[in-house]
Amino acid sequence: MVSSRKGKSQGEGEIAVRMDAISKRFGEIVANDGINLTVYRGEVHALVGENGAGKTTLMNILYGLVKPDAGTITVDDMRLPVERGFLGTDYGLGMIHQHFMLVKRFTVLENIILGFEPSRGGFLDLRAAVRKVEDIMQRYGIEVPLDRRVEELSVGEEQRVEILKALYRNSRIIIMDEPTAVLTPQEIKKLFETIRMLVDSSHTIIFITHKLEEVMEIADRVTVLRRGRVVRTRRIDEVDPEELAIMMVGKKIEAPRRSKHAVSMESLLSLHDVSLRSSRDIVLLSSIDFEVRKGEIFGICGVEGNGQDELFDVAIGLQKPSSGRILFRGKDITHLSTAKRRALGIAYIPPDRVTMGIVAGMSVKENMLLGRQREPGLSGTFFLKEDAITNLTQRLLKTFGINPPLPDAEIGTLSGGNQQKVIVARELSREPSLLIASQPARGLDIMATRLIHDSLVKHAEAGGGVLLISADLSEIVELSDRIGVMYKGRILSILERKEADEEKLGLLMLGFAQ
Amino acid sequence: MMPTQKLLERLLAPALALAFAMVIATVIVALLGEDPFHIASVMLSGSLGSLRSLANTLEEATPLILTGLCVAIGMQSGLFNIGGEGQLVVGAFIAAWLGVKVPVSNAGLHVALCLVAAGIGGAIWAGIAGILRAKLGAHEVINTIMLNYVAFISTNYLVNLPYFKKPGQIPQTFDVAPSAEIPRLTFVYNYTRLNAGLFVAIGAALLIWIVLSKTSFGFEIRCVGHNPVASRVGAISVVRSMILAMSIGGFLAGVAGAERVLGVHKHFVSPFPFGYGFGGIAVALLARNNPFGVVVTAIFFGALASGGAQVDMVTSIPRELVTVIQAIIILFIACEYLFSRYRPRMRVLKDE
Repeated sequence: MVSSRKGKSQGEGEIAVRMDAISKRFGEIVANDGINLTVYRGEVHALVGENGAGKTTLMNILYGLVKPDAGTITVDDMRLPVERGFLGTDYGLGMIHQHFMLVKRFTVLENIILGFEPSRGGFLDLRAAVRKVEDIMQRYGIEVPLDRRVEELSVGEEQRVEILKALYRNSRIIIMDEPTAVLTPQEIKKLFETIRMLVDSSHTIIFITHKLEEVMEIADRVTVLRRGRVVRTRRIDEVDPEELAIMMVGKKIEAPRRSKHAVSMESLLSLHDVSLRSSRDIVLLSSIDFEVRKGEIFGICGVEGNGQDELFDVAIGLQKPSSGRILFRGKDITHLSTAKRRALGIAYIPPDRVTMGIVAGMSVKENMLLGRQREPGLSGTFFLKEDAITNLTQRLLKTFGINPPLPDAEIGTLSGGNQQKVIVARELSREPSLLIASQPARGLDIMATRLIHDSLVKHAEAGGGVLLISADLSEIVELSDRIGVMYKGRILSILERKEADEEKLGLLMLGFAQ
Repeated sequence: MMPTQKLLERLLAPALALAFAMVIATVIVALLGEDPFHIASVMLSGSLGSLRSLANTLEEATPLILTGLCVAIGMQSGLFNIGGEGQLVVGAFIAAWLGVKVPVSNAGLHVALCLVAAGIGGAIWAGIAGILRAKLGAHEVINTIMLNYVAFISTNYLVNLPYFKKPGQIPQTFDVAPSAEIPRLTFVYNYTRLNAGLFVAIGAALLIWIVLSKTSFGFEIRCVGHNPVASRVGAISVVRSMILAMSIGGFLAGVAGAERVLGVHKHFVSPFPFGYGFGGIAVALLARNNPFGVVVTAIFFGALASGGAQVDMVTSIPRELVTVIQAIIILFIACEYLFSRYRPRMRVLKDE
């Protein structure tokens, strides 16, 4: 089955979708910057790239959910009225979102026909609906019990309902936005079988993902996006996974800016056999074992979604591991709260700035205080030390070049880069002994990135430790003393910086242990 | 410069809502065949025109300040406490119980005991909903509504027990001992029911303002109200903040109930005079959960109530008109509130 897809290149001639010079910006963020994309009929076209690379925006534009600032779209030789706005379903497009768009209390059948109900004489003709849906299910080998309520279904089944919905609406081109993210391996296998069936009957699939193994398994061609631009489009039999990985995370790996300095052997943070399971009993972290030493930047790299966020949660105490122990300076902190860990000298930069790092609606000053509101220097037993807080804020705004330098400005009015600088300033000014930084420079411009990288290096050189979790390979290689590679919730290997090159890391990130 | 502009911006929406409500009320009055200007002048004189009406206005405002604060502090932590009514009733019953049954001769001590006990009763009542929400995720709106009914029905049961019930047709307690009465402010107007509870209410507003804006605890509550996830990451105990915000609110509602019993009615009666708890929701909404705004708004609603009573007495317009005006104001404010609260989130959704 698997091999039957490869090499069987569908006729590269009939163009199903053609997007030309698509651009879209949200405020200051350029999501799509002159993207060209051609998808042939009957192919599985993978769209890969990191978070924020612009994949979902591009597909939302194609489906008519987001209006681009510039560019044209042609579907089946028909020019879409982009300026006027359009509905993808009217042009044979179907989209399966990452978060399913189903009415939980309705049955499967009701969900499938919703909005396109067959009627006879003004009455709902359920029998006709059942006939049509059963016909589709049979043709493509997709099975879901039609009379069950969606709330009783598994995630995999819900996804099949979405696919049926698209087929019921006669979609010839189906966009799937990270369809495997929520599935178990068995469900993924089943999804891939369905995709093959669909393609065999000349449907076209656009498959958004950042898991490269899936690209290699299911796709005919792949387009790599990075920072809103197309890096390349290649046929799958012409690329290898390492090449893709490098295209995704950025080619250039710069010489490290770090001066030589002593990393002591003294351990700051150590994880011993730490595992985490989800409520659905999916393994999120499995036997994690490593330590961060004084004066060291320990990097964790890997393709996103391989347990990095969970590792962060466990390290700062947002989630308690299912098993294993976490030590900080020899003290067992496995069961300590986030607040207590902070008090011991752990600071952190969370991976998601907007939802985890700042409190929108409150001022810059108040955000500088977040997590520090009980620190003796900034607060007495009851009362906040207003002057101390203002002074600290003004000092940090200046040191970190945060713009505008107004302590009372609402933080939501700052750019993403400046918001991130507020977080970094807040955390580093606590003079922690350990900094856990997750995606610290994601989505930032060069200057802000540089400043944040320099701050991390300075922190390590002053004898602190840094646990750096990042999907950006060049960031990891540039800054880290040692590098752990995460794959499917495990640390596959820990390399010294000297022995780490992009090829080695790329292979490890894909799960190929030496 | 900036603060003034901000303040004006904040006042704009309530002012507009008020203006719209007045226009609509004018139309209704005209349709009922009365002269709107006459009615307005009766309203004005009935609420502020004399010491007597001023006392009436403040007397109506006193419990509304407390219940308004109750809703406001819940909102600050992101929770919608609409159980003020039930928390007030619990407090009222406890105040009457201790006021009647506990023999304390020292007047100040007796009042203080009743107020604190009533507050604790209200705090527990609201705290239950807070715990259910913070620990189990059960929605506080549903829980506080249901706890309202539990409060109404169980106090009704209790007051009918021979231990509490004053013999007669009406299910009410005996009057509280003189030592448990809150002194009335007779220096304003001889026959007023306005009492020293007003100072308690204003003091509470001041205290809540200080807690919210000056203390680390209040900072945590506001953080939780804005972004619970970031708060959790920021080492704030979201559970603790939510439960405490609800309980403090319940405490204030309980004190409001005690004020009604000890300062106005002298006894607990079932069903207990209705509406101050729910009125607090309107007050907090219009005040945008600002403690000082709550005081101003509560006095405004108090004026509407006392002016409305006057209108009812001397013209053909029923006092329900006031309720209509209140409802319209709330409607407009609610629209504005929903938009400003949910607009950012809607934008984020679109941008994804």
